[in-house]
Amino acid sequence: MGLFEAILFSVMTAATPLVLAAIGELVVERSGVLNLGVEGMMIMGAVVAFAGAQLSGSAFVGVLCGLLAGAAFSLLFGFLTLTLVANQVATGLALTILGLGLSGMIGERFIGLPGVRLPVLNVPGLSDVPIVGRVLFGQDLLFYLSIALVVGVAWFLFRTRAGLKLRAIGDNHGSAHALGVPVIRTRYLAVLFGGACAGLAGAHLSLVYTPQWVENMSAGRGWIALALVVFASWRPWRLLAGAYLFGAVSIGQLHAQALGIGIPSQFMSMLPYLATILVLVLISMDRRLTLINRPASLAQPFVPER
Amino acid sequence: MRIELEKRPERSKLFSILSPFIALGLTLIAGAILFLSLGKNPVEALFFFFIDPLLYGWSLHELAVKAAPLILIAVGLSVCFRSNNWNIGAEGQFVMGAVAGSVIPVVFHEWQSLLVLPLMMISAMLGGAAYAAIPALLKARLNTNEILSSLMLVYVAQLFLDWLVRGPWRNPEGFNFPETRNFNASAILPEIVDGGRAHFGLVFAIIAALLTWFMMRHTLKGFEIAVLGQSQRAGRFAGFSAARMVIFAFLFSGALAGLAGISEVSGAIGQLRPVISPGYGFTAIIVAFLGRLNPLGIVAAGLVLALTYLGGEAAQISIGVSDKVARLFQGALLFFVLACDTLIHYRIRIRRPAAAGSAIADARPQAETN
Repeated sequence: MGLFEAILFSVMTAATPLVLAAIGELVVERSGVLNLGVEGMMIMGAVVAFAGAQLSGSAFVGVLCGLLAGAAFSLLFGFLTLTLVANQVATGLALTILGLGLSGMIGERFIGLPGVRLPVLNVPGLSDVPIVGRVLFGQDLLFYLSIALVVGVAWFLFRTRAGLKLRAIGDNHGSAHALGVPVIRTRYLAVLFGGACAGLAGAHLSLVYTPQWVENMSAGRGWIALALVVFASWRPWRLLAGAYLFGAVSIGQLHAQALGIGIPSQFMSMLPYLATILVLVLISMDRRLTLINRPASLAQPFVPER
Repeated sequence: MRIELEKRPERSKLFSILSPFIALGLTLIAGAILFLSLGKNPVEALFFFFIDPLLYGWSLHELAVKAAPLILIAVGLSVCFRSNNWNIGAEGQFVMGAVAGSVIPVVFHEWQSLLVLPLMMISAMLGGAAYAAIPALLKARLNTNEILSSLMLVYVAQLFLDWLVRGPWRNPEGFNFPETRNFNASAILPEIVDGGRAHFGLVFAIIAALLTWFMMRHTLKGFEIAVLGQSQRAGRFAGFSAARMVIFAFLFSGALAGLAGISEVSGAIGQLRPVISPGYGFTAIIVAFLGRLNPLGIVAAGLVLALTYLGGEAAQISIGVSDKVARLFQGALLFFVLACDTLIHYRIRIRRPAAAGSAIADARPQAETN
C-alpha cells in the first residue's frame, strides 16, 4: 500500500463510525425527535461489542452485541421522551451521562486486553484495483454497512410511502396524527434505529478503529455525529460527504503530529472540535438552508389528543 | 396495557415538590437492585454509599469541597435553562476560568498581597464568561446551535489546559511532572474553619444561590428570564430581546463556572494539573434539574450529588465496588428526575386493551397513535 492509499484508507476508517452514528440520528431527527444521547449509545455499543467479541471469540458476535446494546439503550430515551414526554434535550444528556458511567463499569475488566479485530472482507476482483481498490473494496463489514445504510436511508426517506410518513411526522406531528399516521409508534421505531446505528458506530470503534477497550473512547464522536446531521441539513448524501471531510481532518491532524511540525500536539488535537464549530457556523449563516430542511417539529413535545 | 398521559388543567404543586424526592427514592431502589446483582448486600452497600460519608468530620468537609463547584455551576446553569439556552459547556468554562484565574499565581508567583485572591477571582469570572461568550455570540448573531458549540469547546479547553501544564506553565522545579508551581500562601483560598478542608468556595456558592434566587423572584430581569424561556413571542411583545438574553445567560453562567474553577484550583488543589475536574460541569446539569432549576433547591441538590462522589469512593474502599458506580447513580438520578417531572404536568393513566372503549381503537391500528 502506498502512502496516499494508506492515508485514504485511514480517512475512511476514521469516518465510518461518524457515518454510522449520524445516519441513524438523521432518521431520528427527520421523525421530529432530537436524541442528544448519541455519545452515550455509542460508548455503550463500544463496550458491549468489545465484551461480546471477547467472550464469544467472534468479532461478528461483537458487532451484533453492539447493535443490540445501542438499540436497548435508546429505548430508555424513547420511553422517557415519547411515552412520558420528558424534555428531549435533558433526556439526551442523561443518556450520555448514564452511558459513560455504565460503560466504564462494564468495561473495567476489559481494560488492557488485546481486542478481536473485525476481519477485512475483500471484494473479489475489485479490491486489487490500484489506489481505490483497497480503500473501497478491501474494507470490513461495518464500512460496507455504513455505505449501504446511507443509500438505504436516502431511498427510504424520499422514495417510499413510509419514509414520506416519517418526514410528515417530523414536519408537523399534529397534522400527521390527525391524518391517522401513528406518530409515537413511528418515532419509537426511528429512535430504535438511531440507537442501533449508534451501537454499530461504537462497535466500529472497539473492534476496528482501535481494537481494544479504553474508557471514554468515543471522545466526543457522538457529538460530532450530531453536528454532522446539522451540517448535512438532514440529507443523507451530504452527510456522507461531511463525514469523510471530518475523517480527513482528524487523520490529517494525526499525520501532522507524527511529522512533528512545530505546533504542539494538543492544538492539533483541537482541530476536529474546532472544525465542527466552524462547520456549524458556516451552515447556520445560511438561515434559509437550515429553515427549509430542519424538521419543523424537531424536539417539540407531542401528546396525542384523544 | 398502555400508558396514556392526560394533561392537568394546571401544574400540580404537590408533585413539583415531591418529584425530586420520588426520583431520589427510585434511584435508591435501582441502586439496591444494582448492588444485589453485583453480589453485594444492598443495605450495607447503600449505607456505605449514602450514610457513612455523613458520619465523620473530615468527610463532611470533603462534602463541602465537592458541593461548592456543583452548586456554583448549577446556579448559573439554572438561569440558562430557564431562559431556554442550553449551555452544556460549563466544564470548559470551569477550566478556562481556572486558567484565567491562575495567571497571577503561576506567572507572578512571587507576588504576595491581599489583592492577589480578589484579582484571581475576578479574572476567573471574566475568563469563564469570555469563554461562554463564544457559543453565546455565535447563537445570538449567527443562530449557531449552542448545545454543540458549547460542548465542543469543552474538549478544546481541556486540551488547552493540558498544553499549558505540560508546556509553558510547567513547574521548572517540578521534576518534569505535568503540574504548575504550587500557589503561594496569598493565592490560596482560605478554609472556612481552621484545619478543615472546606474552603470559601461553598460560601461563594451559597451567596450566589441566594442572589440568583432574589433576582429570579423579585426583579424584572428574573421575570424577563422566565418569560423568554417559556415563550419567545410573548417576550418580544413585552419588549424583551431574546438575543440579549442569550448573551446574558451565557455570561452569567460562564462567570459562575469560572469562579467555581478557580475556587477548586485555589481552595482544594493548590496548583494547576492536566485534569482539575471530575466532570463537575456535567454533573452540575443534574444538580440543576434535581433542584428543579430553583437556586435554593440547587443548594440541596448540590449536596446530594456531592454525596454520590464521596459515596463512590467510600463504596470502593469498604465493599470493593468500582467507583464508577457514582457516575451510574448520577445518570440514573437525572433519568428519574426527568421521568418524575412528567407527573407535574400530566396524570398518568394505565389502560388495559380489554376495555370496551379502546377495543374499537385497537381494531383500527392506523388511527391509533401509541
